[in-house]
Amino acid sequence: MLKITNLHANVAGKEILKGLNLEMQGGEIHAIMGPNGAGKSTLGNVLAGREGYEVTQGEVIFNGKNLLELEPEERACEGVFLAFQYPVEIPGVNNTYFLRAALNAQRKYRGEEELDSVGFLRLVREKLKVLHIGDELLHRAVNEGFSGGEKKRNEIFQMAVLEPMLAILDETDSGLDIDALKTVAEGVNRLRSPDRAMIVITHYQRLLDFIVPDKVHVLADGRLVATGGAELALKLEEQGYAWLEDGGIGTLDETGATQAGTP
Amino acid sequence: MSNETSTTDNLVKQKYQHGFVTDIESETLPPGLSEQVVRAISARKNEPEWLLEWRLKAYAQWLEMEQPDWAHLNIEAIDFQAISYYSAPKADKDRPQSLDEVDPKLLETYDKLGVPLHERARLAGVAVDAVFDSVSVGTTFKKELGKAGVIFCSFSEAVQDHPELVKKYLGTVVPQRDNFFAALNSAVFTDGSFVFIPKGVRCPMELSTYFRINAAETGQFERTLIVAEEGAYVSYLEGCTAPMRDENQLHAAVVELVTLEDASIKYSTVQNWYPGDENGVGGIYNFVTKRGDCRGARSRISWTQVETGSAITWKYPSCILRGDDSIGEFYSVALTNNFQQADTGTKMIHIGKNTRSKIISKGISAGHAQNAYRGLVRMTPRADNARNYTQCDSMLIGKKCGAHTFPYIEVRNPSAKVEHEATTSRIGEDQLFYCLQRGISEEDAVSMIVDGFCKQVFKELPMEFAVEAKALLEVSLEGAVG
Repeated sequence: MLKITNLHANVAGKEILKGLNLEMQGGEIHAIMGPNGAGKSTLGNVLAGREGYEVTQGEVIFNGKNLLELEPEERACEGVFLAFQYPVEIPGVNNTYFLRAALNAQRKYRGEEELDSVGFLRLVREKLKVLHIGDELLHRAVNEGFSGGEKKRNEIFQMAVLEPMLAILDETDSGLDIDALKTVAEGVNRLRSPDRAMIVITHYQRLLDFIVPDKVHVLADGRLVATGGAELALKLEEQGYAWLEDGGIGTLDETGATQAGTP
Repeated sequence: MSNETSTTDNLVKQKYQHGFVTDIESETLPPGLSEQVVRAISARKNEPEWLLEWRLKAYAQWLEMEQPDWAHLNIEAIDFQAISYYSAPKADKDRPQSLDEVDPKLLETYDKLGVPLHERARLAGVAVDAVFDSVSVGTTFKKELGKAGVIFCSFSEAVQDHPELVKKYLGTVVPQRDNFFAALNSAVFTDGSFVFIPKGVRCPMELSTYFRINAAETGQFERTLIVAEEGAYVSYLEGCTAPMRDENQLHAAVVELVTLEDASIKYSTVQNWYPGDENGVGGIYNFVTKRGDCRGARSRISWTQVETGSAITWKYPSCILRGDDSIGEFYSVALTNNFQQADTGTKMIHIGKNTRSKIISKGISAGHAQNAYRGLVRMTPRADNARNYTQCDSMLIGKKCGAHTFPYIEVRNPSAKVEHEATTSRIGEDQLFYCLQRGISEEDAVSMIVDGFCKQVFKELPMEFAVEAKALLEVSLEGAVG
């Protein structure tokens, strides 16, 4: 579904991604962990096509299409969804209205019929129920005055309605207390599906207690330097990232990060 | 400003009017302004002597005045002798004979705004008999208003039919020598609207210039007078969202509102005069004096305006809060794109005790446009416990435009309270990206963000007007991004 090959990207003239490779199948959840400044959020922004993130080398093939050639809104319509680390407030724009505009733009792109407000509301109610979210978010302006937890829940709610093929969750756990974290993780788990891939970018192993990934990658200095199963995250939690830097890199193979990286 | 039913409409209506017929045969006066011209205008309109004298006094005062230059506007010198001050309605043969002859760009805009087909012809000034519908609507309308005792007619009609009312109120809010453009208007105004709501009457419907009976082409110097007697209420809509073409470049209108005790006037405007092309060529100069006088205690005047047109807008709808406990409100969206310039705002003059005023101004600037808010809040010594709240927000789209805020606050009463909040923001790259990432196109995203920004003002507009205003902003912002 997604194949990233030798991806290099600059931000403000500085190279942040330095040859990143990643391959994912539908239904998989991959966690990307790594120290500050490693390029985790950059990866999300590059995939979503944000202005200012300049790809200098490499290729991203998503469902057979060259993703890097598409405009950001086209990528969204192709099914790429970025759950923002800092969801943006849009004062005066109703949350429901916004989401319906987004869904209909995507449906139109795919040649599907647009939903009228009745049909849309039905869909929204359904999704809220599945996610166990109240409808108070519907009546407010997009993220305006939302608490940190509400903003993140709103991202997950949008994801549920838009039903992307590839969801990138950029530090969705940051700033959440344990209860909010559980709600968000539960939402994500409910949206797991065989034809949906998810990239979960996080700093902390904590989130992965609730969202169990198929693979864990360590992103350091612009590259994936280690890959393993869920147990890799636990090890990182215990030992930090330092052990990867002295000699671990390059000796890792696809399957067994643990033995390769053990000091 | 005016977006009245155009002359075609008028001509068609003439055939159905019994009794009152304007002199549609008269030709255009040669360019230039003199006492003779003022006399000629008054004579053609068959005005009483007192009104002629009133005009002449205004003209004499205008001669001694100078065009103001304090606004944040770059205006080319206007040659007042090069303008014709009275022009007869265009004859049918000189108009486009069908929509096929109308500028396709204009038609495209009508299409985007969802203007009904039969309206397009009227707006574009086509010589067709396609306006019968609005005539009959207008007639029904007038009957109902008559039952309630409401007078709603053209200014010229009012001068003929209700001279005592006109004489009593004309110039009492905006005196002839109030300012340069008001003086000019007072000397040469051609037509406009007159509304009178008698004591205790709540006007049974929203009044719109659109349905005004026998609306002559009011042209560049429009005069409007609205009086609400004790306890009366009226909501008045001026303008329409479809772009109006006018060959006159200079517009100088005057609007006067008077509310007596417990009366209330809600005045809503959508101004969409031709703004000039994307290079700043052409476009209307719009110099308007609008003022309301809350003469009676507990009366209320509320201005709501959506300004998207004109090359230059100079306009400060104001309230004089004379009556104790009276309320003045000003809600404004001013959008400028390309090379448009706007200097607009309000004045709230607190004279009575416990008077309150509220100002919500939203300025949006795109392209190379300049957008200034200029507002005065004055608390006079008598205005005990007066309060004002001002919120003034500017939004910039792109990097070549400008937003400016000039608040003037004068407080001469220690018990008065004045609050002022101002913000300026650029449409955030992050807001835009958030929308794009959800699949919304850049153009839709911008109009959505702008619409949200203006919400506080739009909700003051009558429902259908608000919907149209939103569409209008979208059309006006086309090409502002990317």
